[in-house]
Amino acid sequence: MKTGPMTEQLELFGCIQCGKCTGGCPVARKTVLNIRSMIYHMLVEPELDVSAHEELWDCTCCFNCVERCPKDVRPAELIIELRGQLVESGRIPETIGTALMGVFRQGNPTGMAREDRTAWVNDGNPDSRIEIKAAQEGCELLYFVCCTAAYDLRVQPVARALARAFQAAGLDFGTLGTEESCCGSGVRRLGEKGLFEMLVEENGEMFRSVGASRLVTTSPHCFNTFKNEYGLDGIEVLHYTQLIAELIEQGRLNLSNEVNKKVTYHDPCFLGKQNHVFDEPRAILKAIPGVELVEMDRNRERSLCCEGGGGRMWAEGTNLEERLAFQRVQEAAETGAEILAVACPFCLLTLEDAVKVQGLDEADQDGRTLQVMDIMELVNLALVD
Amino acid sequence: MEMERNKPAALIIGAGISGIQAALDIADAGYQVHLVEREPSVGGHMAQLDKTFPTLDCSSCILTPKMVDVGNHPNIDLMTYSEVVSVERAGEAFRVRVCKKPRYVDIDTCTGCGSCAEACRMKGRVVSRFDEGIAKRSAIYVPFPQAVPLKYTVDPTACLYLTLGKCGKTFLCKDACPAGAIDFEQQEEFVDLEVGAIIVATGYDLIDPRTKPEFGYGVYPRVMTGLEFERLSSASGPTRGEIAIDGKKPKEVVFIQCVGSRDPHTGVPYCSRFCCMYTAKHAHLVRDKVPDANITIFYMDVRAFGKGYEEFYDRVKHERVVYRRGEPSEIYRQGDKLVVLAEDTLLGEPIEVEADLVVLATAVVPRADAQETGALLGLEHSPDGFFQGAHKFRPLDTPMEGVFLAGCCEGPKDIPDTVAQGKAAAASALRVLAQQERE
Amino acid sequence: MESQPRIGVYVCHCGTNIAANVTVEQVAEYAATLPNVAVARDYLYMCSDPGQEMIQRDIEEYGLTRVVVASCSPRMHEPTFRGAAQQAGLNPYLVEMANIREQCSWVHTDREQATEKAKSLVASVVGKAARLKPLEEREVGVTPGAVVIGGGVAGMVAALDLAGAGFPVYLVEKSDHLGGRVAELNRVFPALESTPELLEPLIEQIQTHSNITVFLNAQVADVEGFVGNFEVTVSGQDSNGLEQSALRVGAIIIATGYDVFDPHRKPELGYGQYPHVITSLEMEQKLVEGDLTVNGRSPRSVAFIQCVGSRDEQVGNPYCSRVCCMYTSKQSRLARELLPEADVTVFYIDVRTFGKGAEEFYDEARLKGVRYRRGNVSEIIRRGDRVVLVAEDTLLGRPIEFEADLVVLAVGMEPRFDAGTLSNMLKVARSSDGFFMELHPKLRPVDTTVDGVFLAGCCQGPKDIPDTVAQAKAAASSALIPLLKGTVPVISETAVVDPEWCAGCGMCVDVCPFGAPALDSVRGVSQINAVLCKGCGACAVACPSKAIYLQHFTPEQILAQVDALMG
Repeated sequence: MKTGPMTEQLELFGCIQCGKCTGGCPVARKTVLNIRSMIYHMLVEPELDVSAHEELWDCTCCFNCVERCPKDVRPAELIIELRGQLVESGRIPETIGTALMGVFRQGNPTGMAREDRTAWVNDGNPDSRIEIKAAQEGCELLYFVCCTAAYDLRVQPVARALARAFQAAGLDFGTLGTEESCCGSGVRRLGEKGLFEMLVEENGEMFRSVGASRLVTTSPHCFNTFKNEYGLDGIEVLHYTQLIAELIEQGRLNLSNEVNKKVTYHDPCFLGKQNHVFDEPRAILKAIPGVELVEMDRNRERSLCCEGGGGRMWAEGTNLEERLAFQRVQEAAETGAEILAVACPFCLLTLEDAVKVQGLDEADQDGRTLQVMDIMELVNLALVD
Repeated sequence: MEMERNKPAALIIGAGISGIQAALDIADAGYQVHLVEREPSVGGHMAQLDKTFPTLDCSSCILTPKMVDVGNHPNIDLMTYSEVVSVERAGEAFRVRVCKKPRYVDIDTCTGCGSCAEACRMKGRVVSRFDEGIAKRSAIYVPFPQAVPLKYTVDPTACLYLTLGKCGKTFLCKDACPAGAIDFEQQEEFVDLEVGAIIVATGYDLIDPRTKPEFGYGVYPRVMTGLEFERLSSASGPTRGEIAIDGKKPKEVVFIQCVGSRDPHTGVPYCSRFCCMYTAKHAHLVRDKVPDANITIFYMDVRAFGKGYEEFYDRVKHERVVYRRGEPSEIYRQGDKLVVLAEDTLLGEPIEVEADLVVLATAVVPRADAQETGALLGLEHSPDGFFQGAHKFRPLDTPMEGVFLAGCCEGPKDIPDTVAQGKAAAASALRVLAQQERE
Repeated sequence: MESQPRIGVYVCHCGTNIAANVTVEQVAEYAATLPNVAVARDYLYMCSDPGQEMIQRDIEEYGLTRVVVASCSPRMHEPTFRGAAQQAGLNPYLVEMANIREQCSWVHTDREQATEKAKSLVASVVGKAARLKPLEEREVGVTPGAVVIGGGVAGMVAALDLAGAGFPVYLVEKSDHLGGRVAELNRVFPALESTPELLEPLIEQIQTHSNITVFLNAQVADVEGFVGNFEVTVSGQDSNGLEQSALRVGAIIIATGYDVFDPHRKPELGYGQYPHVITSLEMEQKLVEGDLTVNGRSPRSVAFIQCVGSRDEQVGNPYCSRVCCMYTSKQSRLARELLPEADVTVFYIDVRTFGKGAEEFYDEARLKGVRYRRGNVSEIIRRGDRVVLVAEDTLLGRPIEFEADLVVLAVGMEPRFDAGTLSNMLKVARSSDGFFMELHPKLRPVDTTVDGVFLAGCCQGPKDIPDTVAQAKAAASSALIPLLKGTVPVISETAVVDPEWCAGCGMCVDVCPFGAPALDSVRGVSQINAVLCKGCGACAVACPSKAIYLQHFTPEQILAQVDALMG
């Protein structure tokens, strides 16, 4: 393709080739993806053969590059645009195509049916079935569950924990039930602009018709896109950690059960790095009696991406051998923590998988094990209704 | 000019912007200034510039009022087309002899009408130094239309009469002059002055680009220096500001930084300081006047260090000017295009870029006669050949008490730093003059 | 001015600045048709000698009584044209300018429309010009003496020049010592002289000079007055223990220096978290002590990171801090000297060694084994007892993880955190980067928007020592002009109260920021101090009785402009 129009549209001319983007890119060290070099090509070459760059699918959209660029160039947006070119020409990995098709047809990338989207309220125990109000009837707080939390068996407990906590705090909340559709964060980052715009329009309309003043999400990915990309004026968008921290501070959640564990917290890219929400998750953990919070060296702004974002949940990438999640769980184990706490469904899945593959869930010579849990699962343990 | 016995005066050698600024400060403070300039007009190199970075003020717009002030100031004795011949210590003061070179034109009667230049036999045949050789003039001339003083001068190297002894049957210039101002009998005149302080503001020269023959300067007409480009782009230049060579607008413009600077082969290991900025400005001017041109700048480091400079560099990049890191090795011709050979060090590959205009940012060097000027005043030179100040905290003091440096004769610098140094030297001079006055 | 005014109109091409978008010949032709216009011309550069002479000749030949110059903003050349007219015998206030550059040719692209607008602008100013009145030029005396705020190198150099010229100088320093930031340095580039050796003689000259009074632990609390007649209140004691309250001076020089960028604002670099990571100023301290150990161990690898807090939109500092490439080159060389076995590496984007002797110094640094790697470090993490710089080497074209034991952040300069307070007190403007703003970036590097107040040193923008010294001397030179002359001109376009209409309500007194109007208790009317008045017009607007008019901007003149614009 001709580089000129995209270079102008993305205003890549501001780039001074300082290398901070590639320097901080988590996948650059394990693949040939070099965003600085790609920008340079856009600047100096008249043409670019996008299809020759399979590594474009490696980007996790952690946005380290965007957050740190001294000239406000937004390098990751170039990757998204180039992916868009590949999508348009139909040259996408099969798994990604399937996921996108799922979003289009069933409102979720998992390949499961829309009508099964509310199955998560049921944990198999008939006594603990939660009643959730339909947001369409009107509510103050709209709880956006997220496709992964709704459909993935490992993540469903997080949604249930949140619903229970909202109930315990006496909040007037509701969900969209089977009418909830994918937020589209991954869709946009995979380059499927048209589908994303459609989701923004449909979801946006639905949110506005509910009339809730607040919208809370399970996933930082949904949170980020609703907050920064949807243009939902008049609705306050929160990630659950912000809301739960607020409720704890207001004394509306009774966290009396002890959880005597050493816990370390992994900052999700879409919550921490991109939206600067670092303190609320930690405040929640510290409010749980018995929790000893230890920090990894790479915390907060330097948290190591788990490789779940940017559509990577549906694409392995060009280097399957060295997964950053492996390195990350080792870093967690080094702190001596027993629990690696997360606040994102993707981090939960990728880091737990890494723990299993590395065998960290089996007792080591000191008898220690590492378990990956969402913050809400810990809150759930501590919460007394 | 009669001097008040008790009020000491200052001598300023060189009336570029630093000399002009120093003169105005000293004169405004109430002291007399003898401002000696060897060209027919004041203004120096700044008068040759088109627009200045980073504000894009036109150079003439901000310079000419100061030039006019210097020409009109009651406390400034302006001696143009003159040179300092000798300087001697006289107690605390200096005795200075100035030679007023013959213009062969009486400046009291000349009205600057220009009829002589129109009539001159050599009209259109004398290479104009002010226009950096890209335009021609007559043997009797003013360097530029806003010259101060606006008086004509006969160029003794170009005038047929002065070089060969005769000019046809009659002097066409004399015949054309309505004021009868032309006088070929004029002699040089010597003036003796006594001054309390001296400021050296003699400016700079640019390296001959032929010292880098691999760039084809002088061989390819489409390879020019930065200062030539200024004249091309200037509204008062030979093309009235149109960027065109032989009537054609360039499509592929390449700028090359550090031509001769930072280069042991030319004997210029130092950085010329303002070329990164003027090249960015040039790129902007091209973009302004040739909207669809491809503009490339080859660089090693982009030195945009001053106030507003980094922001200007950002702005220029956003105007679709592509910066490629790599110092070109040579230029050769292929058909009717030039080809610039370089390595793009960010791609890590050798490249060949076509161009139909190449502008070389040539090194700033001391004046050709800097050694003589230095000897006249007992100045020291740093290894780079420019004058050397005493030390870091006294960068403009010289071994001679009462003699100060200002501007690019001390080392290359941009206009704000040059003006600051002009004022700084004025402060030193005022200190000396005020002390002398009190005694 | 009973007879009909005779107006000369001059339309400037301004090179191509105006002519590129406005058909100036047409504007001149149109101007010739306006009422009271005796002659109308266009010319390439009106501000030049021939341009000014054109006006002067016409004043004589045509008996012009008013001049209109249609060109750039009056901020550029109003004094120029007023001066030219004055030389030809015309009162300078009978000259008016129409801004057809900044307000026309520079902001519009449609030539036809821009030309029409230029014509309207000229017509409006011609309308005003017909009603201009001559105004008196005034001067006021200058109190000999100056206050220099800040006792760093800039302040001291400026003070010495002023004192040397024979004026009393009050040097006000906030801390307990002179020398400012330079006093914290070890050795200076490029000659690597010891800083104390250079600084001490300077400080001694200040302390022993009979004309200089130093206030330590002191601050400027208030400033009243105007150029030539300032009253500066200093809180603090001078060296004799005298608590001076009000200093009367003719000029003020601001030399308050800079603050250093706080690298906590870039948390990804681990400053404050890892003892291995220090700032360049902390490095100077270590170099002074000759001890580069970290956690008791001698570093095997020392890394320097350029551009920390500069050239960085993320922290709001898009500008370059100018000195860091040089000082890093110096520190890295000194590190090699102290630790001949260690690796010394500098991570950069562009190497800006532009000053006298600087490039040669940089060459020497590399010859002495300092390695320069091009890449802006993204983050720093810990590995065992070392740290790791996570970056891309853009010349290798691949990401690297560089281990180091000592990392020096080349932190940039920022405006003082309290620059705003001083700015408000002195009414001196600041640029968008927060440093004090000079009047014109090219030709007025030390003057400010306030007459009599000048800038010296880094408070105006980052710079090294020779440039600071030059600028401080430049500020002294600017200050010496009014001080040596003994008088300063005062603006004539001031407000005047008509006592017949004035009801003595005092609203003008309330609105004036300069304290110019005062109620005369005997006559019950307001009187405006023409010397304090800056001609802002606030009183004229506030007066309910319409008893105040602003000379040179009378209602009659302004309405004439409006009428002309309306058609």
